[in-house]
Amino acid sequence: MPERLVPKSLTDRVWHYCPGCSHGIVHRLIAEVIDELEIQGTVIGVAPVGCAYNNYEYFNFDIIQAAHGRAPAVATGVKRVLPDRMVFTYQGDGDLAAIGTAEIIHAAARGENFTTVFINNAIYGMTSGQMAPTTLPNQVTMTSPNGRDTSSQGFPIRMSEMLALQDGTAFVERVSTHDVRHIIQAKRAIKKAFKVQQAGLGFSIVEVLSTCPTNWGLSPLKAQKWLEENMIPYYALGNIKGKDIKV
Amino acid sequence: MGEKVLMKGNDVIAEASIRAGCKCYFGYPITPQTEISHYLAEALPKIGGVFLQAESEIAAINMVYGASSAGIRAMTSSSSPGISLKQEGISYIAGAEIPAVVVNVVRCGPGLGGILPGQCDYFQATKGGGHGDYHNIVLAPNSVQELYELTVRCFNLADKYRMCAMLMADGSLGQMMEAVEFREIEDIEAIDKPWATNGMGTRGHSNYISSVNVNPDELEKLNQRLQAKYREVTKNEIMYEEVNCDNADIMVVSYGTTSRIIKNVIKDARKMGINVGLFRPISLWPFPYDELGKHASHVKAFLSVELSAGQMIDDVRLSVNGKKNCYFYGRTGGNIPSQKEILDEIVKILEKEDR
Ligand SMILES: Cc1ncc(C[n+]2csc(CCOP(=O)(O)OP(=O)(O)O)c2C)c(N)n1
Ligand code: SF4
Repeated sequence: MPERLVPKSLTDRVWHYCPGCSHGIVHRLIAEVIDELEIQGTVIGVAPVGCAYNNYEYFNFDIIQAAHGRAPAVATGVKRVLPDRMVFTYQGDGDLAAIGTAEIIHAAARGENFTTVFINNAIYGMTSGQMAPTTLPNQVTMTSPNGRDTSSQGFPIRMSEMLALQDGTAFVERVSTHDVRHIIQAKRAIKKAFKVQQAGLGFSIVEVLSTCPTNWGLSPLKAQKWLEENMIPYYALGNIKGKDIKV
Repeated sequence: MGEKVLMKGNDVIAEASIRAGCKCYFGYPITPQTEISHYLAEALPKIGGVFLQAESEIAAINMVYGASSAGIRAMTSSSSPGISLKQEGISYIAGAEIPAVVVNVVRCGPGLGGILPGQCDYFQATKGGGHGDYHNIVLAPNSVQELYELTVRCFNLADKYRMCAMLMADGSLGQMMEAVEFREIEDIEAIDKPWATNGMGTRGHSNYISSVNVNPDELEKLNQRLQAKYREVTKNEIMYEEVNCDNADIMVVSYGTTSRIIKNVIKDARKMGINVGLFRPISLWPFPYDELGKHASHVKAFLSVELSAGQMIDDVRLSVNGKKNCYFYGRTGGNIPSQKEILDEIVKILEKEDR
């Protein structure tokens, strides 16, 4: 029997994600971290509304699918009644930074001891490319056809910085998926966030700058370049809180 | 036999939830049901349970969704405007087929309305409320004793059918002081929940809880399963009370607070030689259509008395199915109809029917 190259915590199912989409990459990173921490039996994920709504097809552990933006409240319910389990939410930027802003900020403020993996692709993927709260100034989307006009459509929200301000937040890091070096760093951050949760230190979040080639109207390669050249200058990479935590 | 104690309605709902094995409560403050959260903020931590004041009713119902998914008995309570915010979550609970107990201590609306008692959320509770083809079990107590018994029953039914069970009280029941006996109620033990997402552990396979299905045939199958379940609930769980129904000239249909007034109206009417019957639905969904409808053969008319502008009257009409005239009398805004108002209405109706 050839060795199975897929992490135990992933099923054999083929992604429904578009070519070049970051979702599959981040799923794999999460699964590898869960395998390495040997928590497949105790982890419970909360899926968003967004392209990753059915990530229970891919993750081989328990998952609860939540209403749009409500994953942090659902995760709160689970973690509070089962504090010895590992709980994480997986949320896009529409889910976390628009409709679910209240839920995420209060989960952080309460210091809920779960982890959030936040996929920031600067657009609404699933609903076919509308402006998100994270859409960059002048970025063209279906609902900002002339580019996001900050005078009428406001400015992108930096959620990680905002969440880091909450005393209940223990760990915040922003990472990217545009090349291998950054993907490796992204995995390291996700692993650390899970370990912060294991140590019971409070809310942890990793914001993953991600590509949506389909709705950006770019090839997978061009999308990676676009992310690097446009998103990283606005959303600075690196640790924002909890750098010195030893776990 | 247990001892009788004098307690406030809202406190009894809280105590009942603990006796029913509820391990966690999530809620957001709103009058007239805040005593439930005050009581549980003290009581739940003492038994190792979870009390959490959420940032909104939306968050609270989704916390229930999470805790229930994990297989733990969970409750949220609120009053009308807050229950509106919970509707998205309740629809998800229906679609994902998980148990949940929601208490609505109804006030009067629409909008922010007022904090006085109402029964104006009947449509919302029994006809859907949120999106999609679903039902909640809706139980309507009319005494503090029943607040206890029906709260416990909500937990048992929610677990049994994996659906939302709603306790529909109103502000006056919530605030009422009355004697209650915490009688032992059978099957209080939570049933096995192999479907729960509590970590796959040694289960050998993963569980997921979800209400989404983009395959039309599979989603239709879920809907068919839900409808079959609702038929089963309708077959097994209808509850109602009948008072003086057999020889009634007129059948008053009323639930909750207003049904208590009708019991006095029956006495007043008897002095005038009028036989008034009271049919009190206890399960508002499933509604006792057949049980009420059969009285059409011997009464002259039906009268629905509600703290609303006329909501349950629709179900009364469906029960009676055109066989007799159905009348409505209601007050809104938090006003409670007096015995005399109702009796005058009855006299008027009977005069008209006898003409
Ligand atoms: C209450 C509600 N409003 C709107 C929607 C429609 N909707 C589905 S996914 C989505 C946005 C998804 O964008 P994002 O969270 O950025 O995730 P992505 O698809 O990009 O991964 C929206 C608005 C919904 N399902 N529910
Ligand atoms: S639409 Fe965008 S986010 Fe969704 S799967 Fe395709 S590339 Fe990924």
